[in-house]
Amino acid sequence: MAKPLPTLSRRRLLRGMLSAAAVMALPAGALAQASGPLTRELPGTGVALPRVGLGSWITFNVGDDPVLLEACTAVMAAFFAAGGRLIDSSPMYGSSQATIGHALKHLEAVERVYAADKVWTSSPAEGPAQIEASRREWGVPRFDMLQIHNLLGWEGHLETLQAMKAAGEVRHLGITTSHGRRHDEVERIMRRAPLDSVQLTYNIVDREAEQRLLPLARERGIGVIANRPFQQKRLIRRLADKPLPPWAAEIEATTWAQFILKYIISHPAITCAIPATTQVEHVRENLAAAREPLPDDAMRRRMADYVRGL
Amino acid sequence: MGNSAWWTYRPEDLLMVSPRVYARLFELHNQALWPAQLLALVLGAAALVLLLRPRPWGTRLVVALLAVAWIFVAWAFLWQRYAPVHWGMNYVIPLFALQALLLVILGNLRGGLRLPGRWSARRGLGIGLFAYALLLHPLTALATGRGLSGAEVIGLTPDPLAIATLGLAAMAEPARRAWPLLIIPGLWCLQSGLTLELLGEQGAWLPLLAVAVALAARLWPRDA
Repeated sequence: MAKPLPTLSRRRLLRGMLSAAAVMALPAGALAQASGPLTRELPGTGVALPRVGLGSWITFNVGDDPVLLEACTAVMAAFFAAGGRLIDSSPMYGSSQATIGHALKHLEAVERVYAADKVWTSSPAEGPAQIEASRREWGVPRFDMLQIHNLLGWEGHLETLQAMKAAGEVRHLGITTSHGRRHDEVERIMRRAPLDSVQLTYNIVDREAEQRLLPLARERGIGVIANRPFQQKRLIRRLADKPLPPWAAEIEATTWAQFILKYIISHPAITCAIPATTQVEHVRENLAAAREPLPDDAMRRRMADYVRGL
Repeated sequence: MGNSAWWTYRPEDLLMVSPRVYARLFELHNQALWPAQLLALVLGAAALVLLLRPRPWGTRLVVALLAVAWIFVAWAFLWQRYAPVHWGMNYVIPLFALQALLLVILGNLRGGLRLPGRWSARRGLGIGLFAYALLLHPLTALATGRGLSGAEVIGLTPDPLAIATLGLAAMAEPARRAWPLLIIPGLWCLQSGLTLELLGEQGAWLPLLAVAVALAARLWPRDA
């Protein structure tokens, strides 16, 4: 009598994908370097991060819907399988933190993730409790990075985060902005505060940061996380019916998403970009952009000019 | 999340959910409540009959049903389903409770509301809004591709409840009691229309049209 085959649940399948990826990545550093995404050091920290991470704004805000939680878990499984590490969230993002925590637990990937979260309250006194609540949602022993969301109550929170860093309760700290808002204030903070990272909006059409903030980040040794790489899909939709230029093949960009991501991460100040997605194939496509060849300065100008002309 | 400087955000920043999550809110809500939809539709139909044949006790009953529905929707939909994916709903829930309170106070105490018995433009528009909320609004789920499993049913979800309340308040007398009842449903419809527009959903104009119709009815000359 034939022995019944064990059932293959989605959870086991996802864990299997992750384990297979881990085995493939582990044997030798050289092999891992060759097969994984390009990395860049968060300046002055000795921590190298894959140059494409994973955002969670809107995409992971799915409540307790079991179907969508499973879909998000599949996205994170594919992200880790492709060599991704940094996942970014915020208490502002609805249930996104809980979704990440759900997936990390099911994928047994707490050790693998570089957990970047934010503090988002105008009251510095509420900061520690909010951070602890966020940590519980993620299910991680501590955050790798804590950022002050949109500079809200930044002076008070900065003291909290510095104390936490000194106590080993968080590895790195930063500030965030988006949509090009409050760059003057971001610049002032970058000049005076001991930041590891600044998160801001940067992509092939939103390039204001190139003027002052990105050069300043290099000068001060501050990492930069680029949010809204696709303008929350708007940019991809705008370009969808336009042809990629034939010379995109020179940088091995086969889609607009890869074209845009390669532009972003090739800037010398950018540590990584954090596109968000609900689709496994898009995660793979995004991570595949973090590979050589990346555009040089001349190619970057050509890319920006091309998109501007469309 | 109480001190989160919400005023620094733009409308598109406050759109926190994707179209698929928004649609799933209604699907899961309907699954959890089935077969309460049938009861809600029966009670809604009874309320429509009472609006068509107005009696003082009937008007008080309709107002009481609406007040209960505002509380129920605040608890079952906004608090249990929507707030976990949209922190802004935490600010809306007290307004729904306030609307229920206003219905009880303005609709039932010290004379309450009167509904017109003779047909007029105002009454036609008011009855029309209520009938639309009861009978047609659930079917818009078909047009948006959600299917009936994602239908928005009166008494269980906010949009048809707000539109039905607009219908009642649009035709009720006296005006000084009716006008305050328009405010919260009107504001909800405005935010709902904005949400649907930002989500790229068809029919985003429907809640906005409901507000316009209610205002037109309310401002219509009395005996026209």
